[in-house]
Amino acid sequence: MSAALSVRGLVKEYVPGKPVLRGIDLDFEARGISAVIGPSGTGKSTLIRCINRLVEPTAGQVIFEGRDLVKLSRAELRSARRRIGMVFQEYNLVERLSVMENLLCGRLGYVSPLKAWLRRYPGGDIARAFELLDIVGLGDFAQARADSLSGGQRQRVGIARAMMQEPRLLLADEPTSSLDPKTSVEIMGLMQTLAQAHGFPVIVNIHNVELARRFADRIVGMTGGGVVYDGTPERITEQHLKEIYGGEDWLE
Amino acid sequence: MARTGSNRSAFPPDWWARGAWLLLLAYLLYAASHLELTPARFAAGLEHGAKFLARLFPPDFRRWELLVKGMVESLQIAVVASALGSLLSLPLALLAARNLMPVWASWPARAVMVVCRSFHPVIVAILFVKAVGFGALAGILALTVASVGFLGKLMTEAIEEISLKQVEAVRATGAPFASVVTYAVLPQVFSRFVGFVSYETDANLRNSTMVGIVGAGGIGGTLFAAFQRFDYDFVCAIVLTIIALIMAGEVLTVQVKKVFRA
Repeated sequence: MSAALSVRGLVKEYVPGKPVLRGIDLDFEARGISAVIGPSGTGKSTLIRCINRLVEPTAGQVIFEGRDLVKLSRAELRSARRRIGMVFQEYNLVERLSVMENLLCGRLGYVSPLKAWLRRYPGGDIARAFELLDIVGLGDFAQARADSLSGGQRQRVGIARAMMQEPRLLLADEPTSSLDPKTSVEIMGLMQTLAQAHGFPVIVNIHNVELARRFADRIVGMTGGGVVYDGTPERITEQHLKEIYGGEDWLE
Repeated sequence: MARTGSNRSAFPPDWWARGAWLLLLAYLLYAASHLELTPARFAAGLEHGAKFLARLFPPDFRRWELLVKGMVESLQIAVVASALGSLLSLPLALLAARNLMPVWASWPARAVMVVCRSFHPVIVAILFVKAVGFGALAGILALTVASVGFLGKLMTEAIEEISLKQVEAVRATGAPFASVVTYAVLPQVFSRFVGFVSYETDANLRNSTMVGIVGAGGIGGTLFAAFQRFDYDFVCAIVLTIIALIMAGEVLTVQVKKVFRA
């Protein structure tokens, strides 16, 4: 079976001659959570943003559904992005819009700007939004403004917004880093449930190694812009963690 | 080398600063004498002013039809110019915002705003009176230009201060640019825009009473004519009405902002 997403020789240089990503090669199966761990500044966020080209890669290929995303025109890229959901560290909800409007943002790629502005969405989209709100446990909050929610609630809206896109791939950039430990577990559990139910790959940047071990089916360890560990959570050892994060005092 | 004892001073005299203050004082005295700003001239002015004040009262509202016609025209000029100015400055501000647009789009948009802001509305009104003739049209065009200059600049700055995280999230869903604007940009700035527009309407209300002086319609023309004919009691009636109008406008803008939760 060919991979749902293949990253080939991905290089990103924000400053010419100083690569943040030094030729990443990764394949992702159509199922399960892959956790990307590594120290701050090692290019985890850049890797995830290069996949949907919120950051333009300098070189390499990102093959998704048989097409190289790096080569797509702006219009083709927009239609590819419709199938790639994204969850952010600081939720990135539009704070002055209602929860319902934030969810419907996930359909903007399909609805004309005029209809979107007039809030004339197809009935199916709205029904799906209510359904998702029930799934993430925010059924009563459809009309609440996004900035009135707590962090955990906002991230649930963020995940529901991504799910509105009916994604074939879900990217999550530090989805739990702004949340308390209990909420973090709930959010990771929610993503695991959704990933298993719908059968798409989930790529999660994560700082918390314990959460990664608990929820991920695969761990990718990065350091200095390259992959140094790629395998199951069970096989990752303290030796690997030392190599990924450097030093050992923090492991005590 | 560390200085010791009596050589050290906590507040050393700054002779350059003292010299500069002296020069400034000398120039003030020179300029005042040059303009014949003497106590005697000031006293004569006060006497003249007292006579003028006396002739202002009581205000004369007998020609109220002329007054109402002029005020209504001024009000219409202000409202139409504010509406036109807002409609024009919104797309211009989006073009000028450097966080959303490339340099080749933002630079010309900024240039248009700077030109619109370069001249006082009365000077622009003179230009339009020469171009399109006497009357309200010239006033509307002049105040529209002024509105575009100021609203455009304020709106551009508001757009440049938005959170790009929200824009990034909406962009990541594959939304077309127009939807990114309506969903991620405008919600962040809308309530501030309402504030800007009500402020500009307030300014236009004041300016619309003035452009009439150069023949661009509104109460200004009536006011100027009354001055020329030394009808000071009618002048007083006009001035009081303008003050009342500005106050009414103030109350109205407060209400508008409340409605939009600015």
